[in-house]
Amino acid sequence: MAGYNIPDTDYMVSGHVGCPGCGATIAMKFALKAMGEKTMVVIPACCWGVIAGPYPQSSLKVPILQTAFATAGATASGLRAALDMKGDSETTVMAWAGDGGTFDIGIQALSGAVERNEDFIYVCYDNEAYMNTGVQRSSATPFGSRTTTTPGKGWKKNRKKNMVEILAAHRIPYAATASIAYPEDMIRKFDKARRMKGGTRFIHVFATCPTGWRIPSEMSVKIARLAVQSNVFPLYEVENGVKYTINVEGSRPVADYFKIQGRFKHLTDEDFEKIQNMVDKDWELLLRKTSYFDRLT
Amino acid sequence: MKEVLEGSHAVSQAVRLAKVQVMSAYPITPQTHIVEALSEYCADGTMDARFICVESEHSAMAAVIGASSAGIRTFTATSSQGLALMHELLHWASAGRLPIVMAEVNRALAPGWNIWMDQTDSLAQRDTGWIQLYCEDGQEVLDTVLQAYRLAETVNLPVMVVLDAFFLSHTFEPVDIPGQDLVDRFLPPFSPKIALDTSDPFAIGQMAPPNVYMEMRRDVQKAMEQVLDIFSGVEQEFLNIFGRTYGPVERFYCDDARIIMVVTGTAAGTCRQVISDLRSKGEKVGMLKLKMFRPFPVNLIREDLGRVQKIAVVDRNFSFGASGIFAQEIRAALCNHPGHPPVFGYIAGLGGRDVTVDTLSEIYWKTKESDAPEDESVWVGLVNC
Repeated sequence: MAGYNIPDTDYMVSGHVGCPGCGATIAMKFALKAMGEKTMVVIPACCWGVIAGPYPQSSLKVPILQTAFATAGATASGLRAALDMKGDSETTVMAWAGDGGTFDIGIQALSGAVERNEDFIYVCYDNEAYMNTGVQRSSATPFGSRTTTTPGKGWKKNRKKNMVEILAAHRIPYAATASIAYPEDMIRKFDKARRMKGGTRFIHVFATCPTGWRIPSEMSVKIARLAVQSNVFPLYEVENGVKYTINVEGSRPVADYFKIQGRFKHLTDEDFEKIQNMVDKDWELLLRKTSYFDRLT
Repeated sequence: MKEVLEGSHAVSQAVRLAKVQVMSAYPITPQTHIVEALSEYCADGTMDARFICVESEHSAMAAVIGASSAGIRTFTATSSQGLALMHELLHWASAGRLPIVMAEVNRALAPGWNIWMDQTDSLAQRDTGWIQLYCEDGQEVLDTVLQAYRLAETVNLPVMVVLDAFFLSHTFEPVDIPGQDLVDRFLPPFSPKIALDTSDPFAIGQMAPPNVYMEMRRDVQKAMEQVLDIFSGVEQEFLNIFGRTYGPVERFYCDDARIIMVVTGTAAGTCRQVISDLRSKGEKVGMLKLKMFRPFPVNLIREDLGRVQKIAVVDRNFSFGASGIFAQEIRAALCNHPGHPPVFGYIAGLGGRDVTVDTLSEIYWKTKESDAPEDESVWVGLVNC
């Protein structure tokens, strides 16, 4: 992964209205470096609906189609069909949705599109809650997190939904996780996804939210890195729903990641132990899936 | 060439002739025959088009919005619950100024489950910025779908072509299916005013703060205000090529009428018979068939109804807490017209109940024999009341 060539050209401009340290903006900058100018971006309601800029401005140098909250998968399907009918196979359609638009309200349209194996890249930039509306919990919010709808003692007691596994279960050509703290890995995955035309490619990008996670903005990338290093957010790829490849192996205790974030500051050592246990089991399951495919081949 | 066609297939044939390139739909009775035929046209190569089989009506409209944004001619069809589920996206299509055409088969809303004729589904979408055109028979359906594309692509607004469940969607009638060469003369390939383009990147549907939102809304209305004139031009061209015309409203024995019955959809066919029968008995009665509901043809309504003695509006729909929706709109159109006649509102034929010659005759006589409406809405044909 080291030394992977990062394209110089940016398709995102300064002057956007993202919060300082916003992981979602870093994610878009990296993604478009790999995608290039022959890209159309479909954005449902999410932070990026604002970051993309108010009429008549745009923070991207590629076309944007903003659409209703639940519809990224369906709108991208229609746009792809139209480009196909126009004979434009060069342009890539990239749906760009937050965790709410992917894990929750948009999952039906996404699953429908993915079952049809629509030829586009669907990106979920995951900041683990409804950040644009003021930090309400989503099904991507992790166990232990406080949000404005899981406040005080009501902090979230449910696990985060495993979206990549849901997508992989559709047996799509490519599903992967990526992190803003690993730009070479992330750009390589977007480049790979761009080249894999003909079916749905799903990339789940871990995108820190300093505002919602109650962390200093300069910690945005470091915390994203700790999520990978502690196996809280493993970097891996799944091809055709079965071939698993782990990109980075973490070894740090989860407490290193949790203890420096305001959203988790109420958690006790007992809670950390419980979370460590969950993360270890998830990691073990991922390893088994990887070796299962190795045995098949 | 005339063929005996199901109303649903009159829609499908028109969509084929319009050379639509991207379609998307979710099945719902009684819309299914429309989309089954279109799927066949795609499968057997009759149409060079993509049919996207989505998982909901919400996604169907989203998919055609995506396709239309790239400057492709699109189509979808739905009914009842499906249209209600689409509601959010209907706003997206009109304010996005996308010339999408949709066939909407008027069906009752649940509960209780009812798959039969009722207009409340489409009329409940009156504020979504869609042009709405109601059809009487299979020929009008086919012709209106073709006209709808010309209209939509000229004013950049979506058009809903509305047909009655079963009474029209599943009824077989002789329909003239025009040749492709004639249709091509009437409806040239879609030349979009805006389309997403990587060589000229811009954003569609983005945030519109208070400094621009109101003007955008006003622009939609300005486009709506052009519709009546443009539709008249479209109809004239259609008449020149195909020899048929309908009008936003159709007058039947209106010139010397003292009472005019206002009807829509297939009830107009029945009403023609009733008017003829009554005329033969010397009754001064006429019919106004309302085809265009949005934009509402206020001036035509004032012109045609402003000077008669009484107006009887037949509504196969109802707005709870108010009245029949066509009656509501006609009252609103006439209220600033000095000396306008009383509007008698009748509710009939909800949820597939037949509107017969007897139903319409009863409405006429009730209107004639009453000096003033006994109520905002009189429900006709209720059982055990």
